[in-house]
Amino acid sequence: MAVELIIPILAATVQSGTPILYATLGEMLTERSGVLNLGVEGMMIFGAFGAFLFTHLTGNPWMGLFMAGVFAGLLGLMHGVVCLVFQGNQVVSGLALTILGAGLADFLGTPYVGIATTGFTPFAFPGLSSIPLLGPIFFKHDVLVYLSYMLPFLFWFFMNRTRWGTALAAAGEHPAACAAAGLNPQLMRWAGIFFGGFLVGLGGAYLSLAYTHLWTNNMTGGRGWIAVALVIFAFWRPGRAVFGAYLFGGIMAFQMRLQALGATLPSSLLLMLPYALTVIVLLFSSARGKGRTAPAALGVNIEPGE
Amino acid sequence: MLGFRIAKRQEPLQWGSFFIFFAALALSLGISCLLLAVQGKPFMHALYLLWDGAFAHDYALEDTALKSIPIFLCSLGVAVCFRMQVWNIGAEGQYALGTIGATWAVLTFPNMPAWALLPLMFVCAAILGAVWAAIPAFLRLKLDLNEIISTLMFNYIGILLLEYLVYGAWKDPASFGFPMTVIFPDTAIIGSMFGRIHWGAAVCVGVGALLSVFLKKTRLGFELMAGGENPRAARYARMPYGFLVMLVMVVCGALSGWAGLIETSATLNRLQPNVMVGYGYTAIVVAWLARLRITSIALFSILLAGLRVGVENLQLELQVPAAFAGIMEGLLLITVLAGQFFNWYEFKRIPRTKDSGTAGEGER
Repeated sequence: MAVELIIPILAATVQSGTPILYATLGEMLTERSGVLNLGVEGMMIFGAFGAFLFTHLTGNPWMGLFMAGVFAGLLGLMHGVVCLVFQGNQVVSGLALTILGAGLADFLGTPYVGIATTGFTPFAFPGLSSIPLLGPIFFKHDVLVYLSYMLPFLFWFFMNRTRWGTALAAAGEHPAACAAAGLNPQLMRWAGIFFGGFLVGLGGAYLSLAYTHLWTNNMTGGRGWIAVALVIFAFWRPGRAVFGAYLFGGIMAFQMRLQALGATLPSSLLLMLPYALTVIVLLFSSARGKGRTAPAALGVNIEPGE
Repeated sequence: MLGFRIAKRQEPLQWGSFFIFFAALALSLGISCLLLAVQGKPFMHALYLLWDGAFAHDYALEDTALKSIPIFLCSLGVAVCFRMQVWNIGAEGQYALGTIGATWAVLTFPNMPAWALLPLMFVCAAILGAVWAAIPAFLRLKLDLNEIISTLMFNYIGILLLEYLVYGAWKDPASFGFPMTVIFPDTAIIGSMFGRIHWGAAVCVGVGALLSVFLKKTRLGFELMAGGENPRAARYARMPYGFLVMLVMVVCGALSGWAGLIETSATLNRLQPNVMVGYGYTAIVVAWLARLRITSIALFSILLAGLRVGVENLQLELQVPAAFAGIMEGLLLITVLAGQFFNWYEFKRIPRTKDSGTAGEGER
């Protein structure tokens, strides 16, 4: 009986957590390369808009998905130009990017508010969806969710088992040594920014193509910032990021259900939950102990001539 | 490759700041015009409307001046924090708590005379705003919690708290269900000083003057102005670093709280959710542009207030979405950040020597 109630909530948890997972892993990639990009919220919204726009124009949600990544990646490249080329302060540049990205999405999206489009619809994963308990929770979603299951593993594999991943990590830990080894840390950072941004855009795309099939303002509702916090919470590794993303997914799903049930708690207080939880989650992320610290060169620009 | 290399200057470019700013402004306007063109709006006319709406008539100037008051107060606070590399982006939430504090005073003591009520409102707004800033400060000092994220989260929470109150306990029974408090009694409204300009302007001048004196005449102030690279300032001022962090955050919280109070009392005359218009975020842009020079903060506050008023005009005349202001602010900040590169770096020709194969070597 209780199980009947819990399964839909858990399934909703997976759905809610998916965009956060994409965004967290994207920002994690960027930060591992040494660049702090606080523009995730803006990039996510802008990506969501890009996804919507191109799906609306072409009728093909995969096109929309790809363009979401491109849009967000381009915005990230602006951050790259300001920080990597012009030595701008990474914190402030990221904040500017959030303001810009949100403004752009709002501005360009005004003619489209409330319009619906095609998107990704859930389908039962052949075979696996029949597994009792796990099936309905994990295997009755849309394809973007299924893709997200592979992402943390791919991230880990890339960073730890490939040459490029190691080089990228080196750019984030010790750019001078990276350069001395004949690699180009700046190039690694460009890649980290763009491809990390691409993933963030995919997270945004999920919101306008799968979670809903329309465009409204402020679709992300702070998820981008939650992703930034989760990168810290995850100690810059994909494993804990999964846990964190689904934790927030759960809170948001839970909060929506409470509201729908007409709970006596006013909706404003319920809505506070994810934000309060973000702060609480960070309390459990103090960087003490091996393997918990940020990439050593995070946020520090490489001076020209180094 | 190009015969140039990038070298750090011996000392930063002096007069460059204003040149950089105007170049950045031109670039931002240019890109914004492109965006307007994409939406099919006549951008030359839009530029005219921006100027016309913000600065071209008495009425417009008053509008701009009125909007610059809360921006100025928030920016002062944020600038002080940024100077100490305390990345307080919570001015918006601290502003919200200020509105709550002021409203609480009014609703609890509706019959108090103005000479007592108004100061009480200022005290309450300052306290609540300061507390809202102090908590993230405390979390940073004791638990190493990143203040960017905590202050931002507190923004969301603060605004939701405001909504909780105006939708619930503080809702005016006669408001047909709209989320707003009762209209404030005259004793709670900050009155007009000169035409439409209210006494909030005097508060700005007063606070600005005080801060200016503090920065120029006290040792702590001087150190904050000179470099503000965290531990150095503390060492010369002989005050613990933690105390300084708490101090700048509390000051910002109080000032942002006052901005909120002033808007609630003088502009809206009641508390409702649309008191939140993003002044806290605009303050970040101003604070970065102006650093910790009070006159620059005033100037940029007026400029960005003018931008908001001008965009309102664009909304009216050309149906340009309000988000256009956000685009301009973001672009401005980005272009200024990029432009500040030239404060610190310059291009130097690589000297051509006989065996030019070695020229420029060592610079990647």
